[in-house]
Amino acid sequence: MSEPAGPGAAAIRVVLPAHLKNLARVGGEVTLHLGGERDTITRQAVLDALESAYPVLRGTIRDHVTGRRRAFVRFYACQQDLSNEPPDVPLPGAVIAGAEPFLIVGAMAGG
Amino acid sequence: MTRIRVLVGTRKGAFTLTSDGNRAKWEVGGPHFSGWEIYHLKGSPADPDRIYASQSTGWFGQLIQRSDDGGATWQPVGNEFTYATDPGTHLWYDGTPRPWEFKRVWHLEPSPADPDVAYAGIEDAALFRTGDGGATWTELIGLRTHESGPGWQPGAGGMCLHTIILDPVHAGRMFTAISAAGTFRSDDDGESWRPVNRGLHSEGTLPEDEPEVGFCVHHVEMHPSRPDTLFMQKHWDVMRSDDAGETWQEVSGNLPTDFGFPIGIHAHEPDTVYVVPITSDSLHFPPDGRLRVYRSRSGGNEWEPLTRGLPQEHCYVNVYRDAMAVDSLEECGVYFGTTGGQVYGSADAGGTWEPIVRDLPAVLSVEVQTLP
Repeated sequence: MSEPAGPGAAAIRVVLPAHLKNLARVGGEVTLHLGGERDTITRQAVLDALESAYPVLRGTIRDHVTGRRRAFVRFYACQQDLSNEPPDVPLPGAVIAGAEPFLIVGAMAGG
Repeated sequence: MTRIRVLVGTRKGAFTLTSDGNRAKWEVGGPHFSGWEIYHLKGSPADPDRIYASQSTGWFGQLIQRSDDGGATWQPVGNEFTYATDPGTHLWYDGTPRPWEFKRVWHLEPSPADPDVAYAGIEDAALFRTGDGGATWTELIGLRTHESGPGWQPGAGGMCLHTIILDPVHAGRMFTAISAAGTFRSDDDGESWRPVNRGLHSEGTLPEDEPEVGFCVHHVEMHPSRPDTLFMQKHWDVMRSDDAGETWQEVSGNLPTDFGFPIGIHAHEPDTVYVVPITSDSLHFPPDGRLRVYRSRSGGNEWEPLTRGLPQEHCYVNVYRDAMAVDSLEECGVYFGTTGGQVYGSADAGGTWEPIVRDLPAVLSVEVQTLP
């Protein structure tokens, strides 16, 4: 869990897939405190904060160099698949309000 | 008392097999990194408690793990393998240009002198080095940027740099091998490289053709006491060089098939060589369902089958290129792992074999540490 960023900071709840929970040594949800304008909190800002709090996750969700989502990683929130949304689009209000988690999911693949 | 630690990388995690010098009773540790592919683990000769591991999945990419206590605990270190220059293109299977792209680390080779120094061979083929215990990795660009690079093509397993040999005698000399480009040599600590493939032949090429690259080398080994001699298991053909790779001669001799992946050398007898013949490039299992290691005591050409303790019927496993290793006890131990999850060990240089474990995930790599 990251340190609160002061009054007005958004507390973003993030759910990691099992392998990344083990890697980051966290049990349940991760809560990230992001400052700034609440309605401009984007996926990119959340992932930046996540990787800052847990450097071991760098390169596991998005490519080190290009920043692109890894092919078998998907993003969901509020019953929506956000995987193909541009990274700089604000997240749904319920995620920013902390009512809903931002889900990072290992895609189903294989037989 | 001397101990043996076998480091096993599998499709679903890493395992450690430990025994005293008798090599009769084994303790199985792990799985470490459950669910991840562990292409390779290797201990530092300079500090046997320092072990590097390559951990990856198709989902979450590449990690490098490091242990400083002999594999009891691990910490992730740097996992950024960024080509140092615009990587350009190589050839795809169909001959069209394909952008170079990092996929995974196939092989880790710790320095014999400094536990913080290690080399990593990656797919798409390039060589990286760390000097800070794995925290950061820097490409040795002379290999990938060799003028032949745009013409390299992947083997069936990908365009992987799978073999790294550090010459213990000639300062600055290193060898690497890439599927399906071939073998390369550096004499300046990896700064510059040249292909050393003369004498190799590939299916579909004319005997008089002598291309510089384009060979599906599966594995190369050197005995430290005789660094000018290299043994190679190629896609087809078992080969030998006695001039540090300048020229190669075929030493397949009486093998039932000269297709295979690993090749190993006895710890104390540089002319005693081990291979595991596999039926063919389209049938990746032992001939006739009989798992036989073949040993040559004459540096090739004359081979004897080693069968005692190995399944001699209904066996249809494969043995991958990095999945054979030896210990350095007086009576040399030989070990190999299979795609069926067995790790076999021989405490008498291959005369008899016993399974140390039978039901691991498919084994990708086997390395051995002989501990004081």
